[in-house]
Amino acid sequence: MSTDVKTLEHRTVANGIKLPIYMDNHATTPMDPRVLEEMLPYFMEKFGNAASRNHPFGWAAEEAVELGRERIAKLIGATTKVFIITSGATESDNLAIKGVAEMYREKGNHIITAVTEHKAVLDTCKRLEKYGYRVTYLPVQKGGLVDLDDLKRAIDDKTILVTIMAANNEIGVLQPWREIGKLCRERGVLFHTDGVQAVGKVPIDVIKDNIDLMSITAHKIYGPKGVGALYVRRKNPRVQVSPIIDGGGHERGMRSGTLNVPGIVGLGKACAIATEEMAKESCTLAGLRNRLKDKIMGRLDEVYINGTMEHRLPGNLNISFAYVEGESLLMGINDIAVSSGSACTSATLEPSYVLKALGTGDDLAHSSIRFGIGRFNTEAEVDYVADRVCETVERLRELSPLYEMAKEGVDLKSVKWAAESH
Amino acid sequence: MAYSDKVLDHYSNPRNVGSLDKASTDVGTGLVGAPECGDVMKLQIKVNPDTNVIEDAKFKTFGCGSAIASSSLATEWVKGKTVDEALSIKNMDIVKELALPPVKIHCSVLAEDAIRAAISDWKKKQESTKPAEVSAK
Repeated sequence: MSTDVKTLEHRTVANGIKLPIYMDNHATTPMDPRVLEEMLPYFMEKFGNAASRNHPFGWAAEEAVELGRERIAKLIGATTKVFIITSGATESDNLAIKGVAEMYREKGNHIITAVTEHKAVLDTCKRLEKYGYRVTYLPVQKGGLVDLDDLKRAIDDKTILVTIMAANNEIGVLQPWREIGKLCRERGVLFHTDGVQAVGKVPIDVIKDNIDLMSITAHKIYGPKGVGALYVRRKNPRVQVSPIIDGGGHERGMRSGTLNVPGIVGLGKACAIATEEMAKESCTLAGLRNRLKDKIMGRLDEVYINGTMEHRLPGNLNISFAYVEGESLLMGINDIAVSSGSACTSATLEPSYVLKALGTGDDLAHSSIRFGIGRFNTEAEVDYVADRVCETVERLRELSPLYEMAKEGVDLKSVKWAAESH
Repeated sequence: MAYSDKVLDHYSNPRNVGSLDKASTDVGTGLVGAPECGDVMKLQIKVNPDTNVIEDAKFKTFGCGSAIASSSLATEWVKGKTVDEALSIKNMDIVKELALPPVKIHCSVLAEDAIRAAISDWKKKQESTKPAEVSAK
């Protein structure tokens, strides 16, 4: 649901809680004030173009960019000069997939991905299919993870790239990227991972984990919007991508365009904070997430967690509240910002394809809510959210003919529904 | 998406929530929509057998706020009308009253379907309870 800045008014209730509460940190995160502080000088004072080699304005900008690169590198175990700075993860995904597809066309035309990937990956793959590439979309198991045996079987002598995300944006499940990396290395296939949700939340080491390309973005880790990076491995093997944006030859010719210096400073600082604080923060977030889960599941019957809890981002909870439609639930908790997999909240009027891929029925997909707990959420907020969600679900179930029928013992699956609304 | 004040009002204070005895011959029940589509409405009417006036109406709805508002409004509108008058309620009347945006028109269609389904259920009951009259025709 979109919120116009003009209508975003905060009010304070008991326990110092400010409403509305933001708990949609998979969509984007607020900036960490420490990040903003570092960025500010690079708008007016140190505004130079990092490509200006012959005056101090340019040098200052270049120095800031280099520090930014070092900090990004440190977070993911890479050496410095291995990033292509982009406008964000959608561009990084496009560049990785299209760039590899073009560069390695001689070697093969087959790409493997999974059905639960972000649209930035899926739609890029679909476009490549129009240009003669072959794409295998791996299914996922009930918990949301790909089956490594499926992947093994899918790789053939024409396969050039496997692109599978590290953490899913809806259900937060962590794909076995280490095993996938190892397998790809053994089979001589490049491995790209969309690391947007995972980087800065769980440890990822591109060298140890055999990752050849990885997309990251600043605004999911408390940095600014509009800047991201693509890690491209430099040796063992040396990976190359064809550019999708041509021009002045920036970023070693792989992505032309004047560098977004304040953005890179922000991305770098966000990575530096994550490097320092990730271990402790993930424990805190998992604690808050489990508190939310336990409070909800302790009070309500017939709620179902989507995706495995075992391999999951610490701040993610995705729950279906049976017999209650997601958008009406969001309406009832309109002082809390979360997302729903319900069709009514999407542009396509289709319920979440990610939940459908898990085998979740359409009815439960319509009933799902994604909670994304982040750095700035508090225990008092979690308690408030749990109470508001539970009382709203209880109220809507009193309104729900499905809940009434289920309580009467009617098997909803056996009912012949009179009309199709779409 | 912004909701109209009327949708918000019906969502927050739905009218006529509940159930009537569906076994009663005076009660007609309409159950429309499907859980897979994200909307199910149950609308029930209680009809005075002498006057054909709808004396009571109840609903329960699984669906978005607009679906809840459409069915809540439908129960308000059918109450006090005769069965034939109720049949003249059109989905576009609901769209207008609630200021539904185009993507929510299907909610109003479903509400109209629910009214019709309830009336047709009631009519079926009347026919089966008056076999003599039917066969005399």
